[in-house]
Amino acid sequence: MTPYLALFRARFRALLQYRAAALAGFGTQLFFGIIRTMILGAFYAGQGGGARPMTLGETTTYIWLGQAFFYLLPFSANPDPDVRDMIKSGQVVYELARPLDLHTLWLTRALASRVAPTLMRALPMFVVAIAFFGMTLPPAWPAALAATAAMAMAALLTAAFATVITATLLWTTSGEGIARILPSLVLIGSGMVIPLPLFPDWAQPLLTALPFRAMADDPFRLYIGLLPPSALLAVLARQAAWTLALVLLGRGLVARGQRRLVLQGG
Amino acid sequence: MYHARPMAAIVVEGLCKSYRVAQRRAGAFAALRGFVRPHYSTVEALAGVSFSIARGELVGYIGPNGAGKSTTVKALAGILVPDAGRVEVLGRVPWKERIAHVARIGVVFGQRTQLWWDLPVADSFELLRDIYRVRAPDYRRALDELVAMLDLGALLPVPVRQLSLGQRMRCDLAAALLHAPDLLFLDEPTIGLDAVSKLAVRRFIQKLNQQRGVTVILTTHDMDDIESLCSRVLLIADGRLLSDGPLAALRAAVTDERWLTVDLVDAAQEIADPAAEVIRREGARVTLRFDPATVSTAELIGRLTTRYPVHDLLVQHPPIEEIIARLYADRQIAP
Repeated sequence: MTPYLALFRARFRALLQYRAAALAGFGTQLFFGIIRTMILGAFYAGQGGGARPMTLGETTTYIWLGQAFFYLLPFSANPDPDVRDMIKSGQVVYELARPLDLHTLWLTRALASRVAPTLMRALPMFVVAIAFFGMTLPPAWPAALAATAAMAMAALLTAAFATVITATLLWTTSGEGIARILPSLVLIGSGMVIPLPLFPDWAQPLLTALPFRAMADDPFRLYIGLLPPSALLAVLARQAAWTLALVLLGRGLVARGQRRLVLQGG
Repeated sequence: MYHARPMAAIVVEGLCKSYRVAQRRAGAFAALRGFVRPHYSTVEALAGVSFSIARGELVGYIGPNGAGKSTTVKALAGILVPDAGRVEVLGRVPWKERIAHVARIGVVFGQRTQLWWDLPVADSFELLRDIYRVRAPDYRRALDELVAMLDLGALLPVPVRQLSLGQRMRCDLAAALLHAPDLLFLDEPTIGLDAVSKLAVRRFIQKLNQQRGVTVILTTHDMDDIESLCSRVLLIADGRLLSDGPLAALRAAVTDERWLTVDLVDAAQEIADPAAEVIRREGARVTLRFDPATVSTAELIGRLTTRYPVHDLLVQHPPIEEIIARLYADRQIAP
């Protein structure tokens, strides 16, 4: 087994040790999902007629998708908490003492710490939201497959983004500032606060130009059918381009940061 | 063409490293001024350190806090890039070929663990096996050997967070050795351990060095570690190497004096001798120090035993802490 795959597996096993945390996380996301669908439902009811970019049903599904993939998504784009603790405590010496590429190691950690909890929570969330809270299945098989492919690529993109943020820890140590500024930007830009199609027309080009749309909104629209399955290639291409750019940026930052790294003595 | 394996495991020449430290003054106004215009000062952690260590040596690397021990170890481990100087470890420049280099070394930082907190010890070991790409039969053999040497059998299924410090340290030592490194860096491996655990760790380090020929660099504040393990000691202070040699030579360079501990029959007995000085008294036990050049050990013992009723006698070198404390003090007085 390759080192990176082994790390992935270990992360999974570590997570399985904490059933209570998984259950609590599920409960929290369920609660906020209900609140958010209620708020948007009230907006839809209060507003008069006129064309809407999304129906209430589509919006509801969009929101539940956000809740189901909560852990994969940019809200957790702040620095990897494991790496942050390691840098604060000096434990990072062990990371550097491994015969592994530091950026790939951190990218693996970022990916594992997102995918593992998501796989545990997404399925039950789908079941509960579809059964009780008005979420719908994709309109057809092609939409489901396209959404799955885009979601997988979104995971990689998000991990690459998070690793760039993690690399800045090599300069700032605590990462608190960045950890507070970026999530709100990313949350809004990816559609986790208000579904992106509901933003005014003038904001759309801006939202499309940012990398965040490809982290959540694009796969969600493929799922709902707002984007046809034929748009998958364009979505994947944009995700791949952003991923590549962020990986290159991250690699550059890690290489430079490693050179100037001062480790706290023992 | 045939290349001889380099005999030296480690060659260090003129190693320098300084850190830039932001100075913060106390007080609100000063803090504000520091915010507007930060004031930096340079701390010289290493100011030209040179030494070389042969394969199979077990070397103690000692010095007070902030002397530059950790900085040296980090440079040797490829974790830190020095400002100047040449370092070669097992024929490689550590920070230039970090990945190839760290695959051949093992590190244990006593105050930290490299085990996965949430997982059983065995899972952490398997993760390390994969990280170091150890072949299955090699891993099996290394694990069996380490489990036997460190008595880990019962600990393997236990999550790391439930281990005692002594148990954790034994597991950490095993973790650092699963990939059969040629060189092992131990940074305070006995810190915080109880006496039994300390002994177990020391016995293991000794065996590892003698039987498997692993080169070991040991940094520690525990002088018993040094005394029981290291034939050679590097002493560093203020970023400079103060002495390099066997423990006995370090002792001789600082002081020749001996300590004589006397158990008196009568705890209230006063004791004195013109050639010796009482430095400690605990009930009936008195410790005197003397210079064997002024008075021979036999003569002093003879004099004391004729004058005072004595149960028992013990002649010792001053403990290494004493030697080092004195060496530091001498250094501080000298310009």
